[in-house]
Amino acid sequence: MKRKHKRLVFVIIALVLLGGAVGLVMSAFEENIVFFHSPTDVVEKKIKIGKRLRLGGLVEEGSVERKGTRVMFRVTDLVNSIPVVYIGILPDLFREGQGVVTEGLIKDGVLEADEVLAKHDENYMPPEVADALKKSGKWDEMSGAVKRPGPGSGSGAKEEAK
Amino acid sequence: MLHRFANPARFMRLSGVLLPWMAGAAIILVAAGLYMGLFVAPADFQQGESVRIMYVHVPNAWMALFSYTAMAVASAVALIWKHPLADLAAKSSAPIGACFTFLALLTGSLWGKPMWGAFWVWDARLTSMLVLFFLYLGYLALYNAFDDPTRGARAAAILALVGFVNVPIIKFSVDWWNTLHQPASVIKMGGPSIDSTMLWPLLLMAIGFNFLYFWVLLLRMRGEIHANKIRMIRLRQVHG
Repeated sequence: MKRKHKRLVFVIIALVLLGGAVGLVMSAFEENIVFFHSPTDVVEKKIKIGKRLRLGGLVEEGSVERKGTRVMFRVTDLVNSIPVVYIGILPDLFREGQGVVTEGLIKDGVLEADEVLAKHDENYMPPEVADALKKSGKWDEMSGAVKRPGPGSGSGAKEEAK
Repeated sequence: MLHRFANPARFMRLSGVLLPWMAGAAIILVAAGLYMGLFVAPADFQQGESVRIMYVHVPNAWMALFSYTAMAVASAVALIWKHPLADLAAKSSAPIGACFTFLALLTGSLWGKPMWGAFWVWDARLTSMLVLFFLYLGYLALYNAFDDPTRGARAAAILALVGFVNVPIIKFSVDWWNTLHQPASVIKMGGPSIDSTMLWPLLLMAIGFNFLYFWVLLLRMRGEIHANKIRMIRLRQVHG
């Protein structure tokens, strides 16, 4: 084998081994890499009370109640849902049916959040297209999008179109 | 095949012809993409006007990965086949990629505040992108850390290859783990989930950024070759 062939084989073997090692490390540390837990994770794994936790999912339709700056809503993954209380200003994208990540402590089954982040989905379209999709009933087929067009799930333009 | 382009004189001739075309294509495509993205494309149904940051953010992020991949391939060619131009290509690619990465992080952060409610979070996508930025800086630091430039080139090439494992991690981070960053919209199974009125300006920008990359890359490589020539002339003067 010529020297350059030896070097080629060496580089390929080294990269494959390195890739495998990194893959194993990351699957071992998966718990630490995930940014948030779903309500089902929290229910099934019985995450310890009194520990800080990031909970992510959709804001359940019709669950948002506001009293001044105090907001109560439920975060759901369409299997389980957990109530959340938050005092403060919500991000622009926060609305029912949209993805959200909340961080705080769980007390008596309620997450007392001190941070609420809106999660954007991978769908990009102008408002007219969104309205057309809703009218034709194709809206529900889109993954990650608003599951049901409910009250407060959109901008003024969308409300008018319904 | 490779060795046909190994000759620096041939490279200088060929790149001299290509340069103005790359420059022209980059300027026209980026100008057209910016105009369409900022003035023609519609606002998003959820994000409103903030969606326009995407037309700058996404091409920067793509090119950050592209530059690193190019740098890793060039480093492999330099290590295995000892191709002198490959080494120059890898070295010249690093600062360009570092700029793309920095701009992707900056524009993403400016979008994150109004949309998510935070400039920065430590989710898998953002963190792996920050690691990419540090890999670029580490590569440049390591390259220049040795008195003997060939040793620096070798060490940096190995770092570039090792760091390449980060590239698939960045791409698939949004699929493998829960992240705050949204999943892929364009390059994914089942076709793009982005309306064509928004996809076209984005693609124009992406192709324009690609030409921009090769334009700056060729400029930098030519600069390195000139610098080497000057170094040789000086050495000859000292020893002659």
